[in-house]
Amino acid sequence: MSEQVLQLRKVSRTYGSGATSVGALREVDLEISAGEFVAVMGPSGSGKSSLLTLAGGLDRASSGEIFVENTPLGSLNINELARLRRRAIGYVFQDFNLVPSLTALENVSLPLELDGVPPRKARRQAKDALRTVGIEKLSERFMDQLSGGQQQRVAIARAIVGQRRLILADEPTGALDSATGDGILEVLRHRADAGCAVVLVTHEARHAGWADRVLFLKDGRIVDEASQSYDPSILLNQSAV
Amino acid sequence: MRRCHPSIITGVHMSIRHSLLALLQDQPMYGYQLRSEFEERTGSTWPLNIGQVYTTLDRLERDGLAANDGDDGEGHVMYRITEAGQAEVSKWFSAPVIASNPPRNELAIKLSLALTLDGLDIEAILQAQRTASMLNLQSYTRQRRAAAKAEAEQDHDVAWILVLDSLIFTAEAEIRWLDHCEGWLKKHQSSTARRKAAPTTAGSQDKNSQEVSR
Repeated sequence: MSEQVLQLRKVSRTYGSGATSVGALREVDLEISAGEFVAVMGPSGSGKSSLLTLAGGLDRASSGEIFVENTPLGSLNINELARLRRRAIGYVFQDFNLVPSLTALENVSLPLELDGVPPRKARRQAKDALRTVGIEKLSERFMDQLSGGQQQRVAIARAIVGQRRLILADEPTGALDSATGDGILEVLRHRADAGCAVVLVTHEARHAGWADRVLFLKDGRIVDEASQSYDPSILLNQSAV
Repeated sequence: MRRCHPSIITGVHMSIRHSLLALLQDQPMYGYQLRSEFEERTGSTWPLNIGQVYTTLDRLERDGLAANDGDDGEGHVMYRITEAGQAEVSKWFSAPVIASNPPRNELAIKLSLALTLDGLDIEAILQAQRTASMLNLQSYTRQRRAAAKAEAEQDHDVAWILVLDSLIFTAEAEIRWLDHCEGWLKKHQSSTARRKAAPTTAGSQDKNSQEVSR
């Protein structure tokens, strides 16, 4: 049995109260294991981003419980939650959210240094992360010296640096052209194959096709799932009919 | 290794005739040689039996597009392309492939009927199709990754990659179409739910136009 990295148990998120309240997420149950790449699709307002922000500890559930590496997020105070986020959760955003005045290496090492890791060690780990996403040679570049695809790789390096095993990606290819976007998906796929749990929110079916499981959200609920075990050799041995 | 997806076999009409003629443009060949050249150059994407090859060669000869040069001394009957055959190949390559009569779309028919019947959950019908299309898309994407890896290892298989890309984009287009259908049907469901299909009054259409005929 694979290790669970993310679990949602009957998680709901309601905004507002009374007659005007809006249920963004309704009693969602979900388990994602280490090494799994899960895509979340659904129309606007279906709850995709709410699911991601809750899973990433950026928002609190109205009811239900969320576990990241078996730690219940609801039991943590704001400082503990921030520490858990820096240690265990990596976020990748559509618009990268990088610090323009820092180099690629500094952007990636920043969360480690904020977490108290000595600068030399933090930089060594940041370098490893940049190497993992294929842009080690661009370590000393500033953000305005990098293309969109390269900046997104820096963002992914920042998301995976250290021991983080949960990567949450919110439309990470939205600002990129098709070929560059495919490169980013390749990196996310590799991260999952290397043991991370990856959750990708996307409205692009072709990008969701990279995932092991695709969840379809509607009105705050998971209404269906497309899931296959990952074994390309079986697919390649299909016989002609 | 056979790697054909059923849709390749059943859904696509392939011009074996033109493909073999195009191969003969390279050099004269005999039947088995043509088959292995065809399979090598198309990445074994379309299976071809030797009977098909000889039947096609007979027809090409009959139509003056290929000529039988007799035995090569080793028991092989050699065929070469004629001038008319070369012109036919040029015409084939320069002409776009047009699906002049798109197959009936069963899902479109199913949805139109579902709209006119009570008690059917159209969103569930759409979602079932969306999930099935996504499973196909996941399979194609995995096979595409494997093919790209093989390509990176110098084991080139251009035809197979092109076929997979085509299947990926087709599956993606179907899912986008389903999303569009869902939005469109939501808007129109209330006005059409109780209306039985009216007799069609569509007028005759220009047979030569590129518009899709019903």
